[in-house]
Amino acid sequence: MYAQLVKSEGMKAREEMTPQEIAFQERIDRGEKIEPKEWMPEGYRKTLVRQIGQHAHSEIVGQLPEGNWITRAPTLERKAILLAKVQDEAGHGLYLYSAAETLGVSRDELMELLHAGKMKYSSIFNYPTLTWADMGAVGWLVDGAAIMNQVPLQRTSYGPYSRAMIRICKEESFHQRQGYAVMMKLAQGTPAQKRMAQDALNRFWYPALMMFGPSDKDSVHSAQSMAWKIKINTNDELRQKFVDQTVPQAEYLGLTVPDPDLKWNEEKGGHDFSEPDWSEFFDVIAGNGPCNKDRLGARVKAWEDGAWFREGLMAHAEKAAARRAQAAE
Amino acid sequence: MSKEWPLWEVFIRGQHGLNHRHVGSLHAPDAEMAIMNARDVYTRRNEGVSIWVVPSAQITASSPSEKGPLFEPSNAKVYRHPTFFDIPEEVGHM
Ligand SMILES: [Fe+2]
Ligand SMILES: [Fe+2]
Repeated sequence: MYAQLVKSEGMKAREEMTPQEIAFQERIDRGEKIEPKEWMPEGYRKTLVRQIGQHAHSEIVGQLPEGNWITRAPTLERKAILLAKVQDEAGHGLYLYSAAETLGVSRDELMELLHAGKMKYSSIFNYPTLTWADMGAVGWLVDGAAIMNQVPLQRTSYGPYSRAMIRICKEESFHQRQGYAVMMKLAQGTPAQKRMAQDALNRFWYPALMMFGPSDKDSVHSAQSMAWKIKINTNDELRQKFVDQTVPQAEYLGLTVPDPDLKWNEEKGGHDFSEPDWSEFFDVIAGNGPCNKDRLGARVKAWEDGAWFREGLMAHAEKAAARRAQAAE
Repeated sequence: MSKEWPLWEVFIRGQHGLNHRHVGSLHAPDAEMAIMNARDVYTRRNEGVSIWVVPSAQITASSPSEKGPLFEPSNAKVYRHPTFFDIPEEVGHM
């Protein structure tokens, strides 16, 4: 998902656990929240840093494809809405970096790992946003998929992560609805506008399905994360839910999901659908998507160009503190 | 790496008449900027009428390992709760 390929520590059988590890697992099984200063297995801490960090990076990098359209929004109202949405994503990143920091890493350390290409962000943000309709498709599908993943994570075992998720979920509904509203406007517009909406759906459908991560049969790190309640549902469960929720929404728009094999399966009570091209997914994750270089480049540039400003404010704060100390003497 | 902005804990009074509540943390160079940032990060939807910020380094927390000695004494004092006392119904609301 926003953390699609989180490497987790190997699963330990109960016989291999120390008494402390058993007590820890029992707390999680009882539904207790783990809080920052409490004892936790090193693997739990490490996996969480990776996952929350990846999630935070996705929120921040995720601002770029939509930021691309702020200056070109079709009306002032749409511009204000998009700006508010993108600002929310900055907030989401900040909540998550704060949660990660309770585990003993600093935000700047995580940033530097991202910039050095040593930490990942969601593959979805490596696709370009070519038309205004993409702002609709992103809100509807990308935020829609994010919601699918984040709602269960509100129950995750790590207190600060869970609280960040609760705060984020409160804000996501606006994101998805503003996107769907863009799609509705276009789908009900001129034939050219409707074509634009269809084109956006065509391009974003499979990348959105990839957001849930590889198929369960290839998802090697799930078991331990699920035991720790860092991961609540499997990738395929969430993907299925997303498809079932989204298909009627596409129908309402009068748009066609770009999958000739998509059909309702009465027996399983869900849709059958085609898997995305997993080789494309792994390729994008490895850095070879259409926009990987642009996205990371934009992040690094913003970080470097902002350095004088961050340092200036710090220098000012230190001087002011020194002046205050002197005046108090 | 240049010097990192310090961390601040943010407390927000949601409505008049309520206590300030801890909502999270953020980085800022000084208290003034911490309040500005807290406004943008934690109150984008009318979540507050007042903000406190405190340098995280200034917070002293009880340690989880002291949970027993700290809180068990109060566990044992059940008579502190009104339900400890059986008052006959005839007495009326009390
Ligand atoms: Fe978000
Ligand atoms: Fe969002």
